Amino acid sequence: MGLLSKKDAALIKDPLADNNPITIQVLGICSALAITAELEASIVMSISVLFVLGVGNVVISLMRNIIPSKIRIIVQLIVVATLVIIVDLVLKAFAYELSKTLSVFVGLIITNCIIMGRFEAFALGNGPWKSFLDGIGNSLGYAVILIIVGFFRELLGSGTLLGIPVLGDPIEKTGLYALGYENNGFMLLSPMALIVVGIIIWIQRTRNKDLVED
Amino acid sequence: MGLKSNLHNLKEKYKGTKMAPAFNAIHTFLYLPNETTHNGTHIKAADDLKRTMNIVIMALVPCLIFGIFNAGYQHYLALGEIEAANGFLGSSFWTMDNLIVGLWQVLPLVVVSYGVGLAVEFVFAVIKGHEVEEGYLVTGMLVPLIVPVDTPLWMLAVAVVFGVVIGKEVFGGTGMNILNPALTIRAFLFFAYPTWMSGDKVWVHGAKARDEAIAVAKEAGSSLEGLDAISGETILGSLAQNKGLLDHSVMDMFYGIIPGSVGETSTLLILLAGLFLIFTKIGSWRIMLSSAIGALVMGLIFNGVISSGLITESSKFYGLMSTEFWHHLLIGGFAFGTVFMATDPVTASQTNKGKWIYGFLVGFISIMIRVFNPAYPEGVMLAILLMNVFAPTIDHYVVQGNVKRRLKRLKVKTA
Repeated sequence: MGLLSKKDAALIKDPLADNNPITIQVLGICSALAITAELEASIVMSISVLFVLGVGNVVISLMRNIIPSKIRIIVQLIVVATLVIIVDLVLKAFAYELSKTLSVFVGLIITNCIIMGRFEAFALGNGPWKSFLDGIGNSLGYAVILIIVGFFRELLGSGTLLGIPVLGDPIEKTGLYALGYENNGFMLLSPMALIVVGIIIWIQRTRNKDLVED
Repeated sequence: MGLKSNLHNLKEKYKGTKMAPAFNAIHTFLYLPNETTHNGTHIKAADDLKRTMNIVIMALVPCLIFGIFNAGYQHYLALGEIEAANGFLGSSFWTMDNLIVGLWQVLPLVVVSYGVGLAVEFVFAVIKGHEVEEGYLVTGMLVPLIVPVDTPLWMLAVAVVFGVVIGKEVFGGTGMNILNPALTIRAFLFFAYPTWMSGDKVWVHGAKARDEAIAVAKEAGSSLEGLDAISGETILGSLAQNKGLLDHSVMDMFYGIIPGSVGETSTLLILLAGLFLIFTKIGSWRIMLSSAIGALVMGLIFNGVISSGLITESSKFYGLMSTEFWHHLLIGGFAFGTVFMATDPVTASQTNKGKWIYGFLVGFISIMIRVFNPAYPEGVMLAILLMNVFAPTIDHYVVQGNVKRRLKRLKVKTA
């Protein structure tokens, strides 16, 4: 036996692949399209969601028996909003440039469907430990896709990774650029993020036919 | 033993294996299939998909040949080595020099377009285990005609892979695509590599290279003699900057001896090709006619706005808005897009009434984008792609309208 029981481990593992929040449940697409032009923004966004969802799930789970079901959405919103404001202020204080890149999308974590979805579907009916694992699992699933998309978009779109040039210098024409290679400007536009997510979905469903819906 | 029997033997040898579609495709491309149907009644017609596509390709060949000569002609004209051709049969146009430069630039585009596109088709046919589809035959010919002559070949290859896979194969292959694959390829190039697809340096072969040579010479401090910058601006680009028609006459625009994408400049040849397609009943005259009407209506509206004095010369839209409305049919890729791309039977509306609406909106929106969005000087590509998306919706409402009208008639009769 490891640290987690089999059931608990599944809470972390499933959202990473066969029950991925983005590619299978198709939640949280908006932010996946909007902020993945740079890998750094994708990573920070993933960490923010990890924090909000992990803590939020625990808080909601602890309060699940005292929240009147009629006003549960409002309560959930308040919890998310509080956590998001914390994230937003921390980013503004310690990573101002990045916070400008992410702009409204940090605030929009509040409306990220993954978070409300996990509160509704899981935290309201399970204990804090399980809810915590579920939150971590789902945000890791979200993070995996964001980082894959961000990786390809930044690499092919700007020729950099985390801001470091990896394919040579486009102005000095070194590295790949000496051969006539050019950055693909389409990669920096949101439609391409949609197409990259689509390709991930395509590959995933080709490998696992059970995921194909009719 | 001829080629035919060799191909037939290969086909028999690989029957039932994974590679069968590839050999079948080569065989049926060159020869009529020798399978016959045995039972039931069948409609017999000679024009299967391959023959239909071949007719479109035949219509495109004059544009391609003209485009090859034009590429060479524009190159030498910009270098100042030849006189401007006078008229369609101008003596400095149909020369051997022009042909050689044109072939050298255009032929690789054709080869890459067909090579990469057909390779993708073959791979998908083998994976999916169906026959190779003919859909790429026309697309492969259209693509080299709608890109600037200096497009780097690797960019074209990347765009073709993207266009065929994302534009067509993911939807289920030929006949299932929502967007015109050739235009998807061009749109990809346009958004991915804008510096190679717009501006005043890409439409004439050598302009970009000359710019680089000047930069190098300047850096080295050597003399710039004989290194005049080449400007190969298209008429649309010039109009968008309020610079007028440059030195081009209306007849130049009609004949097509102007800078532009490889095969779309000659309105005359496109018109002839359009008539040929209408005559052979391959292209829809409804779409072609209604697009022209749509463009003219939009052009007239803009001319009206100008003459009413709402827009003054200081406006950045003045140049294109004040263009005489019928000039819009001659400049840019409008004629080419309307005749060869808006009429694509897969992505256009299917119903006759729908074709009128679809065509009209293609023309109308093309000119609107052209005027209001100077960042995208060619509106016809975006207009057709947009209307491709709406074509099924138009058809739906046309069919529903028909159903309702007939139901009403039925009720009146029975009442």
